[in-house]
Amino acid sequence: MAVFEGPVRADADSILARYPEAHRRSAVMPLLYLAQSVEGFVTRDALREIGMLLGITTAEVEAVASFYTMFRLRPTGTHVISVCTNLACKLRGAEAVFEAAHEASGVVHGAELSDDGLFTVHEEECLGVCDFAPAVQINFCNHDNVTPERMRELVAGLRAGEVPSPARGPAFDSFKAASRALAGVEEVASA
Amino acid sequence: MSLRFEPRLTRDWDDPSVIGLEGYIAKGGYRGLAKALAMSDADIVEVVKSSGLRGRGGAGFPAGMKWGFVPRDTGKPTYVVVNFDESEPGTCNNRELVERDPHRLLEGMAIAALAIGCETAYIYVRGEYLWQSLVLERAIADAYAAGHLGPDVQGSGKRIDAVLHRGAGAYICGEETALLNSLEGLRGQPRLRPPFPAVEGLFASPTVINNVETLMNVPDILVRGADWFRELGTEKSPGTKMVTVSGKVERPGNFEVPLGTPFRVVLDELAGGVLGGRALKAWTPGGSSTPMLTEGHLEVGLDYESLAEAGSMLGTAAIMVMDDTDCVVDCATRMVRFYAHESCGKCTPCREGSWWATRVLERLEDGQGEAADLPIMHDLGTNLLFRAFCALADGTASVINSSLQHFPDEYEAHVRLGRCPLKVEHLEEVPA
Repeated sequence: MAVFEGPVRADADSILARYPEAHRRSAVMPLLYLAQSVEGFVTRDALREIGMLLGITTAEVEAVASFYTMFRLRPTGTHVISVCTNLACKLRGAEAVFEAAHEASGVVHGAELSDDGLFTVHEEECLGVCDFAPAVQINFCNHDNVTPERMRELVAGLRAGEVPSPARGPAFDSFKAASRALAGVEEVASA
Repeated sequence: MSLRFEPRLTRDWDDPSVIGLEGYIAKGGYRGLAKALAMSDADIVEVVKSSGLRGRGGAGFPAGMKWGFVPRDTGKPTYVVVNFDESEPGTCNNRELVERDPHRLLEGMAIAALAIGCETAYIYVRGEYLWQSLVLERAIADAYAAGHLGPDVQGSGKRIDAVLHRGAGAYICGEETALLNSLEGLRGQPRLRPPFPAVEGLFASPTVINNVETLMNVPDILVRGADWFRELGTEKSPGTKMVTVSGKVERPGNFEVPLGTPFRVVLDELAGGVLGGRALKAWTPGGSSTPMLTEGHLEVGLDYESLAEAGSMLGTAAIMVMDDTDCVVDCATRMVRFYAHESCGKCTPCREGSWWATRVLERLEDGQGEAADLPIMHDLGTNLLFRAFCALADGTASVINSSLQHFPDEYEAHVRLGRCPLKVEHLEEVPA
């Protein structure tokens, strides 16, 4: 296997152990996160290998991967900027923040990532932070009450190699690192 | 009316130590579980039934009755599934409840597990709640280490395991049968019912699926009793409810209120009134899928019955406030676009109807609508309601039908003027 080998295979085995042996297929979502944490997005190789691990077809794995927005099937920026534009955020100015995210990162509307490969911008359908709208996540870490100016600062910081401190919880310095946490294979940080 | 009551779900929010196990224990944590371990499973179900606790995730189904539906003689394992997929636009109280008090959720979950004889509980967390899922992972590890979860819960010989499962960005997974499919490693599409999950749920076994807030009410019900629980709220909607207030208010946030509290009290006393002192135009009582109401509904009580009577629903009690500068057609367009994006594609009325409604709303808002578009909207609203497997399409219909019902003049103005009457840049281009 190209993706799930060595320590990654050991992580995959720990994921498989969470679910009853007769229901291995339940592991497909964490395995997709794990693959994404290795390669930066879910590759064809990863889809096939996950199918082999679970005893299902590549098509069945792809059916799941393509259903959920947090799995990315095409090359993705080092950092993923998610901007909620749903009603609670829209009412507090999210559309201007979404525009600023594109301008500052160089991601053209409709494009997957910026030319330098640093950024992907994603329009979100409610991040569940309506009390601090407009809500933004960078690599799934929250930033509250974001203005267009603040968005430009955040992007400039990332370009300079800084990891912005999130409103809550630890910072993940890349989409890959956040995907690894989402796979649930990281040591749990103290509360 | 002034709001005076003893907080329940939020009572320890001023103490950051309760996020840890020691702090939670110091506040009396895991005593409800100890009490439940000394009771029969039927008695646990009975006390929750007597409390009148209803599901806080939207449907409002009585929790104890749900637990009582689980058959115990099938020879299959039973499962508790915690629905922490909180994705209804405008809703974020489960997030803050878990951030501030994660062990209360684990305790409620463990009591539910005892009530139905379950040895493995699954917690389905929406993927975007990465920090909150890490908080829960820590809490689970600590609860295991202290023996409140695991093979021998509080020395009782009973086993309760907890498995955390992350979603990956799909609103529909908050629908309980879509959630089960997602947890089984399938696309998150809803299942036909019957069979209901209580009979055939996760892994085709009897399953109880409860919302986070529902379960977090349970430990105190065990400790303090059903009568205590009923001291707040109304006869048919007992207890308190977390409400999220967002949009055009001075102080957006999550607030706990006794069920039945009038909307005006929440808006003015807790959320500080409409932003900048402007006029209230429209509000959703329970997230974007519940029919919007107007300033004519300020005195409506926030409970299941009163909101149904007003033509809407309590839903997740997510109040999004729009003021007199907000265009209802523009807001409806954004909400319907959400439903078009999140439709799983299984049912034709939802898949095609939400897409079509988005196109019609966009052209109305852009000033390119025609008089014939209004009957099309009515037609779409009618044909989306109760025509699909799950309630996602009903949410789309709620937005369309309620905005047309309460703001017909605003729709007509878009057609008549050939522009949005509330957009400033349009006013500059086209003299009124």
